Amino acid sequence: MSQMTPAAPLEVGQTWRRLHPLSPIVRFGRVLIGVIVVAVPSIAEQPAFHRHDDGLPISVIIYAGLLLLGGLGGFISWLVTRWRIAEGNLQIETGFIRRQSVRIPLARIQAVDVISPLSGRFLGLAEVRVVSAGRGAEHGRLAYLTAAQAPVVRARLLALAHGLEVGTPEPPSLPLLHVQNGLLLPALLMRSQVLAPILIAIAAVAAIAAAPLVGAGALGSAVTVLVISGLGVARAFNEDFDFAISEAGDGVRLDRGLLQRRHETIPYGRIQAVRVVEPFFWRVFGWARLDVDVARQSVSREADRDAQQVARTLIPVATREQALWLLARVMPDAHPNPPPDAGPPPRARLKAPLSFHFLAAWFGQRYMYARTGRVQKSTIIVPLLKVQSVRLKSGPLQRALHVATVDVDTAGRRWQASARCRDEAEALEMVRHVSERARLSRRVPPPRPATPAPVPAAG
Amino acid sequence: MSAVVTGQIIGVGELKRLSPRFWLARQTQLALFWGPVFIASVVVALIVNVKTADVLPVVVALIACTAWLVERGRYRSWGYAERDDDLIVTRGLLFRHVSVVPYGRMQFIDVTAGPIDRAFGLATVQLHTAAAATDARIPGLIRVDADALRDRLALVGEAKATGL
Repeated sequence: MSQMTPAAPLEVGQTWRRLHPLSPIVRFGRVLIGVIVVAVPSIAEQPAFHRHDDGLPISVIIYAGLLLLGGLGGFISWLVTRWRIAEGNLQIETGFIRRQSVRIPLARIQAVDVISPLSGRFLGLAEVRVVSAGRGAEHGRLAYLTAAQAPVVRARLLALAHGLEVGTPEPPSLPLLHVQNGLLLPALLMRSQVLAPILIAIAAVAAIAAAPLVGAGALGSAVTVLVISGLGVARAFNEDFDFAISEAGDGVRLDRGLLQRRHETIPYGRIQAVRVVEPFFWRVFGWARLDVDVARQSVSREADRDAQQVARTLIPVATREQALWLLARVMPDAHPNPPPDAGPPPRARLKAPLSFHFLAAWFGQRYMYARTGRVQKSTIIVPLLKVQSVRLKSGPLQRALHVATVDVDTAGRRWQASARCRDEAEALEMVRHVSERARLSRRVPPPRPATPAPVPAAG
Repeated sequence: MSAVVTGQIIGVGELKRLSPRFWLARQTQLALFWGPVFIASVVVALIVNVKTADVLPVVVALIACTAWLVERGRYRSWGYAERDDDLIVTRGLLFRHVSVVPYGRMQFIDVTAGPIDRAFGLATVQLHTAAAATDARIPGLIRVDADALRDRLALVGEAKATGL
């Protein structure tokens, strides 16, 4: 496999390509480290009578054999894996004993990511990951290509997915926002998962004086929870470190990560829903987070689960003004502030006592909005253009209270706009109007704004 | 809120109901399960020489009657309407559901029939969209009607298909 300059076009056609020869090392690097961690102490503690005649411990031979076998397996898997872009498909063939041939229609590509894990960064390798939609659609991973080649392949896939010329370079991107790491860390620590156990721990220390047994027990569990949420913070910090969002003609680009750098694309047309999240303590500072939901297949395999876990964060933390400005970039004319009559009727308090204060749902000409949350305020915005179905449901208690819940489904995997506990008649009206407006908006596709307005200053 | 009111507010007037044959099929299913259970309970009551065992068949009969009432309520709650651009399905006795699925969003349509359904010449039509939560299912259609509905839906679905 020859090294390629970023500008050199890849031939499209019948040429099959292999992945980078060092791929197995990066792919199985973690396993390798694990084996070494297990092997070295066990070899060091080997008693003398287990030694073979020639003096080498048997375990060394076993581990060396395992490594050799693993290396051979990795080499074979590299040898039999090839890919190409042809006939409107990304085609990947892999597997030695069980041959597998994957065809991903370019028209169904939802997003293309370039991911550089830590070990890959040392070796100058990167993975291209294709997210496609539809039932039974395959998840395409090209792991690994050279760091120079990966962006070229990505540009090519995106160009073909948008139906452009083969050689179209990736459109120039315009930086939108950059998250200061100095803001990210306090914001992550300010989430209630971290602060609540700290408060409990403080209360427990105070309680130890009065009731030592109860206090110590509470302190123990608070510390456990704290350790778990601390790991969560560390992970989130690692993932969203040095977060930058920029805008290209076809969608937004996200660059983030401390150890593992990710370069993600989210085409505008593929966004199924956006969520504005405002955790309890963030509201004091006026911070907010934006998440997006894109269409994707169900999650079954390890690699897919990994992709699922990493939330599609549009911005991990920003001032509310910045978040709303960014929201207006991806969803023009969306206004996530509820009108005065958006709340459910007071009798819904019986059904949803803890989240009643945040419950709200309303819709405009192009978007459906639903706000929920007990402690953390979260507003989901669904473009009516993306609505797959509208459902009303009403359980026994809800029926006794004459309220009903309206769910607006999209092809996204993670959330649906759920208007909980609306008045019964109003819920039916909502079903009628939302499905009617969804029908109208499918007829007339929405326009896109041409130039971005200036970023509001951080306040 | 009755299905009639639902239909009026959604603006479809009268909803189409399921065929009475479906109710027959459901009753057969109930009888096939509760009949043997009842007989077994009578046998147990006769064999076991305990006073309270006599109550057992009565309890079983009461449960069976409740199941019959619930099934009847469920049967009556089903309704569907084909509008110009979408299909509406209502169902549920305790948990009422109303689903609206635009034809343009349909990805594929299933027609299934279990052994009892087949004996009564019935079939179930199920719509699938790209959203996993969509649950538009119409059971207990007469086989011919089910096939006709499937063909009609496939036709309008193709004409109005929209991308994700």
